[in-house]
Amino acid sequence: MGVISNGTTLLDAGAIDSGVPTGSMTLIKTLTASSSGTLSFVNGASNVVLDGTYKQYVFKFIDIHTASSANLEFNATTNGSDFNITKTSNAFYAGHREDASGAAIGYSGVDEAQATGFQQITTGDNVAIDNDSSIVGTLDIFNPSDTTFVKHFRSTTTFMGIDGSVRSSNSGYVAGYFNTTSALTGFQFKIRSGNIDSGIIKLYGIK
Amino acid sequence: MGLISDGTTIFDAGALDSGLAKGALTFIKKLSASTSNTLTFHNGASSVVLDNTYKEYLFTFNNIHMNTDSARFQFQANVVGGADFNETMTTTLWHSQHNQAGSFTRLAYGSTSYDQAEGTAFQNLSSAGPADGNAERSQVGTIRLFNPSSTTFAKHFISEFNDAESDDYCTTVRVAGYFNTTAAIDEVRFQGSTGNFNGDICLYGIA
Repeated sequence: MGVISNGTTLLDAGAIDSGVPTGSMTLIKTLTASSSGTLSFVNGASNVVLDGTYKQYVFKFIDIHTASSANLEFNATTNGSDFNITKTSNAFYAGHREDASGAAIGYSGVDEAQATGFQQITTGDNVAIDNDSSIVGTLDIFNPSDTTFVKHFRSTTTFMGIDGSVRSSNSGYVAGYFNTTSALTGFQFKIRSGNIDSGIIKLYGIK
Repeated sequence: MGLISDGTTIFDAGALDSGLAKGALTFIKKLSASTSNTLTFHNGASSVVLDNTYKEYLFTFNNIHMNTDSARFQFQANVVGGADFNETMTTTLWHSQHNQAGSFTRLAYGSTSYDQAEGTAFQNLSSAGPADGNAERSQVGTIRLFNPSSTTFAKHFISEFNDAESDDYCTTVRVAGYFNTTAAIDEVRFQGSTGNFNGDICLYGIA
């Protein structure tokens, strides 16, 4: 059964009609880590949409807790299985220690220059692995299905770090582009060393 | 009464069904300041939701105008049952600036008087605000607060403000950090470092 109001279809075939405003940000998929080596979002798998449906995709990182003191990183794929796309990026960080012994902003060496390895998106001090420490942030992917342009991304993360025995607030800012005109069809997240102990990664599409 | 279309529940018990595709960004509350000393969002008060309903909350700030020269916009939080807005936090703060005359630019970590190392004061979010005599000047920005209801992790936030500042400066201030508590946060307050302010603050939940 459908519902038509004043000549306008509001819903039909079990869904709100596409002409009805429902918001421009759509939750596509939530993955929850539990001692996970990787978390992957691939178009067409497990209800993931990562194609021309949206011009911008946003990943959200909610309290990613690492099993070891290592950085969160990501890569992309064009074939759904090989996460090794060439990229060039820039990165910088801001950090401040809980004992006020240091505070700084600086360019970060986690940048990449035409490299195919995983791109770190946390930078600064080492990631703390205390029970209450975690990583949060966002990663924007622009027009991944395009076959004309390179594919840009930008991320902002913040986390509790550690240097020696001192905890610190660290924020990382990374941006760059996958240097390919092929459509990107998936993204994979992992920790440089060890598992993602716990945490949530959400994928949204922006109309 | 409910409504089922093609076997899919569209709404029931006075609400859209949770399985129905709809926008992920939900408007929760707008507060408007008019020579106000503070604006406070408290879960359960005045229809504010600030609990485990969402894993991420977004505050937007529209034309915040400080009515006292050189006042800075600030915020703090309370854990559930708290009343003093003095939660411990460690933060980073950096800014970029350019003046209207084109004679000055800067990218720098903020002064140690503006960030916090396990401090309990209100956290600065902006540069010095415009004086009342500069009625056209204002500050805009966002704060993302991640998983405030967690009782496991510290509570991270990321903010970005752009200011039409006193002395004809355009200044962008970026702050990130964490409330160093594992208790759930359910109340957030905004104020000027001195004097009162005008402007709108909106709260959104991100599903």
